[in-house]
Amino acid sequence: MTQRLRTSGRRSGDAGPTDSTELLREALPNNKAPLGCYFHGVLPLKHMESQEEKPVIYTMENKPIVTCAGDQGLFTSLYTSLAQQLPREPMEWRRTYGRAPKMIHLEANFVQFKEELLPKEGNKALLTFPFLHIYWTDCCDTETYKSSVKEDMMRWQNTLRSHSSADWVIIVVESNETKKKNKPNILPRSSIVDKIRSDFCNKQNDRCVVLSDPLKDSSRSLESWNALLLKLRTLLLMSFTKNLGRFEDDMRTLREKRTQPGWSFCEYFMVQEELAFVFEMLQQFEDALVQYDELDALFTQYVLNFGAGDTANWLGSFCAPVRNWSGLLLRRPIDMEKRDSIQRGEASLLDLRSYLFSRQCTLLIFLQRPWEVTQRALELLHNCVQELRLLEVSVIDGALDCWVFLSCLEVLHRIEGCCDPAQLAANCSHTVGLWAYATDKLKCLGELCGLVSKNGPTSEDLNRTVDLLAGLGDERPETVNSLQSPYKKLKEALSSVEAFERHYLELSHAAMEMYQAIGRLRSARLVGKSLAEFYMRKGDPVRAEPFMKEALKSYESEGWRLPVTHTRRQIAECQKLLGRTEDYLRTSALLAGDVNLSTEERKHFCQEILSFAGRSGNPSHKVSLCMNVFAQLTRLQFRPATASVHSGAVLQVELTLRCLMPVPVCIQQLAASIHFDVDHGGTHGRSKGATRQTNQGTIEFKPGTSSAGPNSSTTAGPTLEMDEIQDRSPSDNSLSSVGVVCKNTHLIIRRRENGSPPETPNCVSPPTVAMKEGGQMLKVQNVKLEPGNNSITFTAPSGQPGTYTLRQLCATVGEVQFVLSPIYPSVRYEVYSQEPQLTVEPLSEPLLAGMPQLVKFTLLTGHYTVKKGDALQLSNTETMPILPSSSCTARISSPDAELVGESTLSIQSSEKVTSISLPPTLPYQVLEFQLEVLCIIPSGSERPANERLTNGEVRHRPRSYSHPDTPMTAIDQRMSIDCPWSIYSTLLALTFYIPFKTKHSLLSSGNRKYIQVCVQNVSDMNFTLTDMKLTEKQHSSLELQSLNTKTNQLLCSKHSVFCLWEVRWKDDLPSCLQCVFSANFCPLNQDASAFKPFHYQFQLERVTTLYSVRAEILPPPGEQHCRSGLVCGLEVCITRLTEPSEGEIAEDSKTDTDGLKNAKLMYEVADSSSNWAVCGKSSGMVLMPLKANATHKVQIEVMPLFAGHLPFPKIKVLKYLPHNAAAAIQPDPGKVPLRVKMIFFFFLLFSSFTCRIFVSISLISAAPLRLFTASFCVFSSCRPQTAV
Amino acid sequence: MAVCIAVIAKENYPLYIRSVPSQNELKFHYTVHTSLDVVEEKVSAVGKSIGDQRELYLGLLYPTEDYKVYGYVTNSKVKFVIVVDSSNTSLRDNEIRSMFRKLHNSFTDVMCNPFYNPGDPIQSKAFNGIVSGMMVQTG
Repeated sequence: MTQRLRTSGRRSGDAGPTDSTELLREALPNNKAPLGCYFHGVLPLKHMESQEEKPVIYTMENKPIVTCAGDQGLFTSLYTSLAQQLPREPMEWRRTYGRAPKMIHLEANFVQFKEELLPKEGNKALLTFPFLHIYWTDCCDTETYKSSVKEDMMRWQNTLRSHSSADWVIIVVESNETKKKNKPNILPRSSIVDKIRSDFCNKQNDRCVVLSDPLKDSSRSLESWNALLLKLRTLLLMSFTKNLGRFEDDMRTLREKRTQPGWSFCEYFMVQEELAFVFEMLQQFEDALVQYDELDALFTQYVLNFGAGDTANWLGSFCAPVRNWSGLLLRRPIDMEKRDSIQRGEASLLDLRSYLFSRQCTLLIFLQRPWEVTQRALELLHNCVQELRLLEVSVIDGALDCWVFLSCLEVLHRIEGCCDPAQLAANCSHTVGLWAYATDKLKCLGELCGLVSKNGPTSEDLNRTVDLLAGLGDERPETVNSLQSPYKKLKEALSSVEAFERHYLELSHAAMEMYQAIGRLRSARLVGKSLAEFYMRKGDPVRAEPFMKEALKSYESEGWRLPVTHTRRQIAECQKLLGRTEDYLRTSALLAGDVNLSTEERKHFCQEILSFAGRSGNPSHKVSLCMNVFAQLTRLQFRPATASVHSGAVLQVELTLRCLMPVPVCIQQLAASIHFDVDHGGTHGRSKGATRQTNQGTIEFKPGTSSAGPNSSTTAGPTLEMDEIQDRSPSDNSLSSVGVVCKNTHLIIRRRENGSPPETPNCVSPPTVAMKEGGQMLKVQNVKLEPGNNSITFTAPSGQPGTYTLRQLCATVGEVQFVLSPIYPSVRYEVYSQEPQLTVEPLSEPLLAGMPQLVKFTLLTGHYTVKKGDALQLSNTETMPILPSSSCTARISSPDAELVGESTLSIQSSEKVTSISLPPTLPYQVLEFQLEVLCIIPSGSERPANERLTNGEVRHRPRSYSHPDTPMTAIDQRMSIDCPWSIYSTLLALTFYIPFKTKHSLLSSGNRKYIQVCVQNVSDMNFTLTDMKLTEKQHSSLELQSLNTKTNQLLCSKHSVFCLWEVRWKDDLPSCLQCVFSANFCPLNQDASAFKPFHYQFQLERVTTLYSVRAEILPPPGEQHCRSGLVCGLEVCITRLTEPSEGEIAEDSKTDTDGLKNAKLMYEVADSSSNWAVCGKSSGMVLMPLKANATHKVQIEVMPLFAGHLPFPKIKVLKYLPHNAAAAIQPDPGKVPLRVKMIFFFFLLFSSFTCRIFVSISLISAAPLRLFTASFCVFSSCRPQTAV
Repeated sequence: MAVCIAVIAKENYPLYIRSVPSQNELKFHYTVHTSLDVVEEKVSAVGKSIGDQRELYLGLLYPTEDYKVYGYVTNSKVKFVIVVDSSNTSLRDNEIRSMFRKLHNSFTDVMCNPFYNPGDPIQSKAFNGIVSGMMVQTG
């Protein structure tokens, strides 16, 4: 690229010398010419300027100067190849001050040596500095050398030394030809070189180089060329390092003097720029740029210091008023005019900055960094404006705008000139800033010069324009011929309103498109908005509107309130001009409620709406606006709070509206439309309604959510689910820590990606709304809404049962409607219709049978009105009579448990029916009263004997059953109630519990019989039991003698009372007894009138004693006493006491083989307590004849195991079941010495119960042998008696 | 010292914006809003390279004639924008960085407040105090 730039530069400039040889030839006759050609004007060589006609500016064509002395003909012959070959190989240039080494291609400009070329003392010029001096000779003849060459060399050396130049080299060219020619008086070739070396190069042998056969194409020639080139390069670099280093040192010294008075920045500038030029010459653009950057920074620092109060004298020239604002000039590598003015110290700040930047720009473009140019340009322009301000330089209005505008365009043109369109398009981001800046400045200029107003510029504006144009000066020669120069553009733009508009639009659109292309949409919109402002000032709202809307949308979507307000106000103006009434009203409404505006402005916009509303227009056409901008629904409250009423009831809805308008607004009508749903489950409406309105019928509308509808509910996020945790120590279970954990943190903490800004009031663009007609409405007329919260109460319709949902809210002000739709979160109330409901429940749990108990009747009237004369008809049952009570009052209460009234009930009982007259009650009220009922305890054994077989329910009798939760027996008592509102009877059940459990048993002692009744209190109450009686129903001869001492017995909870009667009979004891136990009971500590009877019926069967068993233990023969360890005899005597009954004969008849009726009895002697060892046969069977007084004796051997009082071994006598042969039990006989002789009587009783069990088992079981049962009862009087 | 300091949420709405009272507040709103373009550009440019060791400080977003706008993006994409008067040339890059760091620290404190609901405008007094300390003291 550098190459291209160079050539392009050359094309447009004048024709500089291109061929060095040509140049050299030209140079030879005039020693000034070659330099002049190259450094016209660049060099501070004043004497040259006079010869110039036109500045030559292509400094990059310069090369370091190398002088040539000695044999010019020889040099000329070698020049071409030397000039070509020198730059071929790069050399590494090691730098001072730790700068990185560089590879550098060296070129040189070979000129004939003249003494004038050598720099005089104090001359700082670097560009004309000869870096190397070469002496050429091809002398091979000692004579010639001695005679002329040496002398010449000597002179050359002296000249150099006098200028203290140490960068020289002597080149000796040798060729075979010359050698041959001088053969006769030959000296060794080396000798000449040696001579030269010894003469001139003491200690510096490398300063003399031999070039062999330079024009031949031999390897030797090539080698010597390479050596020479390397030497030249090395020496050149050495010279650079040395001389540049010295220069830099001098420069630094100069810079350090900058605080001294009289120091001039401009002088220093020239010095450092010299260095930059040299670097540029060496094509070290980077280093060159550094020099300029340092100058830039230095100058900037001075300006800043000036701002801080530290003034430098030299800065005064820069503070001169700005008279020229022709902008940057980047088309020339060096702007000589400006450079001269700097040199003269006459440059203005803008001149200096412009010049510096143009140099930087040139170098950056060489470095192929055009985008840095644009970036630096923007910084420069901003900086210059700031610096001029800081230095308080007087500038006429608009001059800087002109300068910036021109400069922006100039930079852009420069960049366009060196980049292809594709590159430009890809790097919009770098140029767009300049475009926008230029646009901005042009707009400023337009405003300044009256080109933006509707009416065109005034004469004052025109004067100003003329002044501005004057400061531009003449167009520069470079651009005179181009059609689109910045200069021409600006001139044209300022010339007329139309031209200005064209240029401004062009720039604006270019900037916008670029911004859009690189995705800086916000910037694009800002430019667009600025364009819209331009259109508005031009009175063209049609074109302005889309840009404004675009911008507004962006601000709204990102929630920037102030820009929204500002843009919206502009839009309002625009819409008003356009006559878009509806849009204008909508915007006005938004602005009237916008807190970012001043109250005055808000009032203005509010007034705009109200005045429109007051206009008598077409009544059919109303303008609908979104309510949120006008007033916000903040709260809605239902009365009653459940938001659920029965049909016909009064339901009030109180709305809290926060009016956003700055002034009170009278509303003709505020209406809420209602959507009605027939709720099919409406009869159960109460419970549903209650769950839905969780917050006591008050719905708070959050400012954000009420407006945007259901989709914004996501912003609220999930609710916290908290849980308590307790940490207990494992050892003693003591609490070591408690805490609260959130269970759904993953939902709450989750990052929400779909983030949209929260809707601040003015950032929401209201949706267009329309009021839907029809349906039911809640209406309030003529409300005045004050700014702030207003409370409005509606009475809601509640005719039909169902769900009513509030849909829309609409405030009408004249022609304007403010509509809120939909109301969110959705608000609904329910109207329900309920069937009357009657419930009966115990007043206290549990209900006890046998005592008067209170039950509560609750009647929910529902939609039914209880009229006078309505009565409940209770079908009477025998088992649960309703006890008449004199004062039975009914309570009537409203659904929310408020007492409405009380009245006395009249209860009339007939035989079948108890009729309860109800007091008149309104619908949806609760009627409560209590009745006393008594459940009669069923007497136990009135049930039929075969109950267990039928196993069926007894009709019309309450069935008792054992309840799992309580030991008490429960009775379900059914009630049938006829209600006036229904043709069907209501069936209800009450569960009563029997407080007692009764058991009975028959006890025998010899011939005596006793009946024991045990009454157990299973309830939780304590009772007093009195008048215990036992009667026998069938046998009048039977006498039951009470053995109970107390008449009043305390029966505590969970305790039992035992009662005993002795049975006495005269003739025969009947085998079956029908007994009734009766007693009176009442709860403890109640008076005698409360006693209630308790009956218990039971039946005793087989009461008579069949056998008596007598046992006797005899000491062994010869012993007087039973001794332990000795076998004693146990004599068991079984005696039949009664004649066989009919049934008994029938039972046993089968078993008999002979004629005699026998009963098979089995006996068994066993001792469970290990007192006795039964020896020999312990059990056996006896056949007992079925007649009275039949006796059977059994001898058994037993052995007492201990000494002392021993109870008898147990003797069982069992009825043997005849089905199978008995398996004989053969226990081992043992011998027990018994020293005690005892006689015992055992009574074997076959009571009704035991018999029955016996029989039942024998019928069911297939293995009858072991099925014995018998009861033994040992009376205390029959304890073993001992005689020692 | 700054003339305007703004905290902008991830979703590009302002959480906090404050400017010196002497100047047109609206202009700063526009400036800060527009600067988001460059913030996005810079953030996305960084995202393409290895984004782990991302520098939070974005440097100069863009200069205008009157102001310099600097940007900073937290890891949760909350943006801080500091607008400095162009004439205030004594301010160095390091100072801007330290201002951002201070701002970030204070912002973190605000976020740590359990009563602060992330996404709400910042109303913390402490934060306000820090910002005031960084703003140009006028009058």
